Amino acid sequence: METKQILDTIQMISEEKLDIRTITMGISLFDCIDSDGEKARQKIYDKLTTSAQDLVKVANQIESEYGIPIVNKRISVTPISMIAAACHDDNYVAYAKTMERAAETLGVDLIGGFSALVQKGYQSGDKKLIASIPQALSETKRVCGSVNVGSTRAGINMDAVKQMGSVVKDLAQIDPVSCMSLVVFANAVEDNPFMAGAFHGVGEADKVINVGISGPGVVKRALEKVQGQSIDTVSETIKKTAFKVTRMGQFVGNVAAKALKVPFGIVDLSLAPTPNEGDSVAEILEEIGLESVGAPGTTAALALLNDAVKKGGVMACEHVGGLSGAFIPVSEDSGMIRAVEHGNLNLEKLEAMTAVCSVGLDMIAVPGNTPAETISGMIADEAAIGVINNKTTAVRVIPATGKKVGEQIDFGGIFGYAPIMPVNTKSPAKFVNRGGRIPAPIHSFKN
Amino acid sequence: MKGTIVMKAVVTVVGHDQVGIVAKVSQKLAELKVNITDISQTLMHGDFTMMLMGEWNEKTTTFDSVKKGLEDLGKKTNLDIRIQRQELFDAIQKL
Repeated sequence: METKQILDTIQMISEEKLDIRTITMGISLFDCIDSDGEKARQKIYDKLTTSAQDLVKVANQIESEYGIPIVNKRISVTPISMIAAACHDDNYVAYAKTMERAAETLGVDLIGGFSALVQKGYQSGDKKLIASIPQALSETKRVCGSVNVGSTRAGINMDAVKQMGSVVKDLAQIDPVSCMSLVVFANAVEDNPFMAGAFHGVGEADKVINVGISGPGVVKRALEKVQGQSIDTVSETIKKTAFKVTRMGQFVGNVAAKALKVPFGIVDLSLAPTPNEGDSVAEILEEIGLESVGAPGTTAALALLNDAVKKGGVMACEHVGGLSGAFIPVSEDSGMIRAVEHGNLNLEKLEAMTAVCSVGLDMIAVPGNTPAETISGMIADEAAIGVINNKTTAVRVIPATGKKVGEQIDFGGIFGYAPIMPVNTKSPAKFVNRGGRIPAPIHSFKN
Repeated sequence: MKGTIVMKAVVTVVGHDQVGIVAKVSQKLAELKVNITDISQTLMHGDFTMMLMGEWNEKTTTFDSVKKGLEDLGKKTNLDIRIQRQELFDAIQKL
């Protein structure tokens, strides 16, 4: 092996902050179903703590032997609305607490799957789960929840859209920071390793290891070397870099899966930023040639980036899955924060950007007095972009209770802080309150 | 050879140039029963940078003990010494 290649790899890790963002073990809970809630929860705790008992140990060992930081170790489980539906409990907060207790025992960072899939309608468990979300997520630290309200095949469940606006508000009333643990999806994927939206899909194996990579810093550094060259060169450079980054994900996933004796599922080819300088998707877009993210041209640059990352990554690993695209969470990206603070990036532009990347309006703080119907309107808009364009979209919005535009809300650590963004104050209440379902879109005449 | 698991790793040493870096590191590796299969040095951002490819029998010497030995030496000599298993580099750089 050439010296340059070794140095190149070491530099990617030590200076350009290349890391494995997460190793997520998906665990099916179908064999834990019981009509007695207490018994079901005991089975869940036992299954989680035995299945994943070596997860953190193995991840730490990989970190030590290969010198690659593995930032998060996580677990995703079958949507609890399906598992708990068989029991007679009135609410499912106790299930969230069981998940929390298991996560604590295992030492994992987050556990996802306090979830419901209601794109076409509610079963009894879905209703109880969604009603339990505010209490469940505010009384736990590591539990993440998600609700899928639409799909390209089913359309958009507007009753769920309406309800989720209120649920987000209710959760924010108790604790706005907890809103970062809740995602509202359209076209949710079953093998996503990233939080807060990870759950273990019903079509998955009993246990599986999924890996989420990172690496905005590596892409930016590579682009610095091709300044002023044509867009073709930009695309090629991103592809080559994504290839290397994905190879690392594939490698780490394989090593982890083998050590844990669990099948390796997928690598999620996402560029996931952190608030650290040099680890920003916004800065990549600026490196491509925008004075600030949010400038006209942002959507096109992001589309190019997103597509090139996928093209580079697809060949580098056996199975691609999850969300696979550039993330644009405002609070977790120093460049996005800067653009919002300087008035260069607004909600409408972010919404446009979500049409060409994963995943949606992510980690966005809005004024505390934003009405529930307005949040439902935002959810409906994002869901429509996903459903019509056959892609995953999501809303993870934080109504900063008691705060207004110009202030900010802190999430701590890799979750960063978010400046509170202005929201269009015209009301969609009558639209949202109609309820019902937006029919599935036609799959021809694509204009 | 029976009872042998070959562990291959890349050792990188970065820091201010000083007398005897190569000697100190290679002596430590010899103590740890690590065989050096390749060695090269260069300057990276003005820092002395040395790379060594090493291998040893994991049955007799664990990765952790080699890592600890090198880290201790790094602290003593004010050099940044890191060791990573070689498969990582192969995975990233080779098709």
